[in-house]
Amino acid sequence: MAIVTFSKKQFEKDIGIFDEKIKDKIAMFGTPLEREEGDSISIEVFPNRPDLLSYQGFKRGFLGFLGKRTGLIQYKLSKPEENYKVIIDSSVRDIRPYTACAVIKGLQLDDEKIKEIIQVQEMLHLTLGRRRKKAAIGIYPLEKIQLPITFRAVEPDKIKFTPLEMDKELSGLEILQKHSAGKEYAHLLAGKVKFPIFVDAKDQVLSMPPIINSQLTGRITSETKDVFVECSGSDMNILKICLNIIATCFADMGGKIYQMELSRGQLRGKETTPDFTPRVMKISLENTNKLLGTSITEKELKECLEKMGYNYKSKLVEIPAWRTDILHEVDLIEDVAIAYGYENLVPEIPEISTTGKESGKEKIKRSIALILAGLGFLEASSYHLTNKKAQIENMNLPEKERVIEVEQSKTEYNALRKNLTHSLLKILSENVDSEYPQKIFEVGKIFNLVSEKITEKESLSLAIAPGNFTETRQAIEYLFRMLEINAVFSEPKNMPSWFIDGRTAEISINGKSIGFIGEIHPKILKNWKIKMPVALFEIDLEEIFKKLIA
Amino acid sequence: MQDANKVLESLSPNEQKILPHIEEKNVSEICKKSSLDKTSVTRALGYLKSKGIVNITAKEKKIVDVGINGALYRKKGLPERRLLQLLEEKRIIKIEEAERQSRLSEEEFRASLGVLKKKAFIELKNEKIFLTAKKEEISRKSLEEIFLDSLPLEFDSLSQEQLYAMKSLEKRRNMIQISDEKTMHVEATEFGIKIMSLSIGANGRGFIEQITPEIIADDSKWRGKKFRRYDLTIPVPKIYGGKRHFVNQAIDYARTVWTEMGFREMSGDIVVSSFWNFDALFTAQDHPVREMQDTFFIDKKTELPDKKLVKEVRESHESGVSGSIGWGYKWDEEEAKKLVLRTHTTCLSSQTLAQLKEKDLPAKFFAIGKCFRNETVDWSHGFEFNQTEGIVVDPKANMKHLLGYLKAFFAKMGFEKVRFRPGYFPYTEPSVEIDVFHPERKVWLELGGAGIFRPEVVVPLLGKNIPVLAWGPGFDRIIMDYYKIKDLREFYRNDINQMRKMKFWVK
Repeated sequence: MAIVTFSKKQFEKDIGIFDEKIKDKIAMFGTPLEREEGDSISIEVFPNRPDLLSYQGFKRGFLGFLGKRTGLIQYKLSKPEENYKVIIDSSVRDIRPYTACAVIKGLQLDDEKIKEIIQVQEMLHLTLGRRRKKAAIGIYPLEKIQLPITFRAVEPDKIKFTPLEMDKELSGLEILQKHSAGKEYAHLLAGKVKFPIFVDAKDQVLSMPPIINSQLTGRITSETKDVFVECSGSDMNILKICLNIIATCFADMGGKIYQMELSRGQLRGKETTPDFTPRVMKISLENTNKLLGTSITEKELKECLEKMGYNYKSKLVEIPAWRTDILHEVDLIEDVAIAYGYENLVPEIPEISTTGKESGKEKIKRSIALILAGLGFLEASSYHLTNKKAQIENMNLPEKERVIEVEQSKTEYNALRKNLTHSLLKILSENVDSEYPQKIFEVGKIFNLVSEKITEKESLSLAIAPGNFTETRQAIEYLFRMLEINAVFSEPKNMPSWFIDGRTAEISINGKSIGFIGEIHPKILKNWKIKMPVALFEIDLEEIFKKLIA
Repeated sequence: MQDANKVLESLSPNEQKILPHIEEKNVSEICKKSSLDKTSVTRALGYLKSKGIVNITAKEKKIVDVGINGALYRKKGLPERRLLQLLEEKRIIKIEEAERQSRLSEEEFRASLGVLKKKAFIELKNEKIFLTAKKEEISRKSLEEIFLDSLPLEFDSLSQEQLYAMKSLEKRRNMIQISDEKTMHVEATEFGIKIMSLSIGANGRGFIEQITPEIIADDSKWRGKKFRRYDLTIPVPKIYGGKRHFVNQAIDYARTVWTEMGFREMSGDIVVSSFWNFDALFTAQDHPVREMQDTFFIDKKTELPDKKLVKEVRESHESGVSGSIGWGYKWDEEEAKKLVLRTHTTCLSSQTLAQLKEKDLPAKFFAIGKCFRNETVDWSHGFEFNQTEGIVVDPKANMKHLLGYLKAFFAKMGFEKVRFRPGYFPYTEPSVEIDVFHPERKVWLELGGAGIFRPEVVVPLLGKNIPVLAWGPGFDRIIMDYYKIKDLREFYRNDINQMRKMKFWVK
């Protein structure tokens, strides 16, 4: 979740009084208010709007939404000056192939603004940059470096510079091993023979993306007036968007944006960034009204689009170069809806005739639950996820018995349940202090591997404590009578390990085995620390569904 | 003043039994006279008090009773008595011999010698014991023995002799114990006296207690008789019945609401391919939700559905369909084969849409089911949660209808006021966040998302761009609110005591 925090004072100076009405507006703009503490306001920005990840970006968008500054904002781009050039060496091609760069001049930074720049940089890393994999951003004080810049890849042991927050030079490998950022992002360079670096005309290392900047050239302060900005990564479109978002943020702070020339050698040509040329997409008034259920006019459509920062002219929309989320006309239509106000869309239910229908299986499951509740049984409900100890060890199953595990669970629940029996025993073991008799059942899915395929079946298990075979069989026979099912109880062939031999029967319907009923062996009860005798059954419901849903 | 007759008729058998004896004033006497045990008498007295028949005043008194050793000696005899019996036989005996033959412990033996010497019953000379007491002195019970036999006694009523014996016994370990005991002093009230006199008149007539088949069968047993009146205000012991799990009760209700609104239920597997859970829903393959950090993966792959659909989903991601530019990356079939525990019930919607024929439109579907995400557990989060899903496939559907269906559903769930805010999901556009206003707590509760499926989702699945309204708000907060549960972990704790007490879903 991306959170942007800014000062209430600044907000009130730039936008207006921070009252209940404006809070509501913030939510209806699609940036819900997350927190309000003293002078600090935090909003949530959804992943489709990285252009709102800075206060400057939010201000720009929100002022438009309020109708205070509408249409596509034009930023002046100055042509590259001498040496405003980045040479992209072919050595980065298989490592971190792209970069997009800019120079911003004439900044007047203070602590508040520096904080904002760091925040937007981090948020972009996290979201658009996919934790720096797709894009990482570096910002350098221009006075500390000499243009042009070269982006190239070098063997890690030949890279030597002092990274941020360190006081001595480290090699490329040492940075990955010793620096906190190095350790965190080492996986992004894992297996690479060479690491990418930005170096300036004096051959000093500016940074080793996407890991860390140099202590000497990579830290901006309130003294910094001019900066060099680079975004590097694997997706040129994303890099351009990132650069546009950062550059416009600087411009809104009062900076002047200069383009840079990216040179890829003679064969692969040149490119200039940043580029704010808007994309153009068609929007149809008819489609808009149809999708939203509205009847707005073209004039209103234009107004709505302009409030959301677009330009509109004869069915064509100019999309700002810092928006990433406009893939289809529907994305524009959503923005029209936001400008129109979701609160102004009056909910209505159309008169269409459809027949409701409950799932047949759910109906039977509910009937079973009601029948058993009528006998005084409580329905339990357990997690589908359990663990090996409960399923294997406590049930005296052989160590090699397979369970279906989920990967990297954050809790001790890391395997899908293969039966409900162990879930019920767990419940009984956790309730040894509750009043007896305890009569419980559960209906739910169980998961097993059948010739390496995962099967998912609805199952029913019931337990009585203290209970014996007869009582349990009385319950299941009552259930079968109510459902008009003929079941046969027979000497079991492969009895589950938890039952007592001679007190366990196999249950079959139509000659097909559907489960077992019997008394639980004391050794299992001991494993679960249950002090009462327990009798229990578990049956596969799929056969019963087949019989009842004919 | 209460009606004395009515009160009289309401007396239970035990109350009737003790009524004539309440003037005995103390509980043990009433016990004797009524031949009831102490608990029954105390309880009956409590009821008589609540009916205004008696006043009970509690008095504390000191009671002297035997201790652990005292009780033992009372049965076996005091050690000095046992030594004396030996001496009576032997007259003169070596000390060590006496200790062995008396079978007393060393401590008991030493104490007994001391006692007998003090009473001048024996003399010790040359390691030997000489009995000097007279026969009648020996046979007479000592003060201590008499005292021990007479316990328990009230401390305040002890005579000088008894006090002396007590003091002497107190010096020995665990012989006696002194405790404070509450005794009840019972006194009939004025009303009680009236009841008593009435009761004498009523004696013999008798009330009918439990109605039995014998009584019903024999007219003479009930004709003209009175039924004992019950005290209708006394609490009765609680009983508990069997019932559906409270979460399932809530789900059953929601199921009825959706079916009443003309929706058909979808059901399907919990373990699904990434294809249905993500790719068919236009969730880019590098979207953070597709990392193990967020989603439960199973280290297995499955087959993809028919080639045509896979091809169109690929196109939708790579270059877009129906006028979309797509995500612009290279889509990987292998990634789509990975199995996950469904992260939302929306994967049921994608599978349903893939099966739907145009002639079946308009169509409305719903699902309520468990979804999974790789999360740690706290009061408001868990790795399993319930979602309620719905889709409306209708060529004429629009966003106002989406809001209409949701508003109607939440109204039936008890939330009249609903707010819709802009939201974001990879597979819907426009997207909506649903808040409901909590009428008592006066706050907005965030319930989750809704929207209209993107053409990039619908076109590969349906073959055509038809508006599909879709929603999947969480259901657990509604359940928590209804049952006043503060912690999500309560849902699946299966605490039998709590489950027995849990109220029913009545809506």
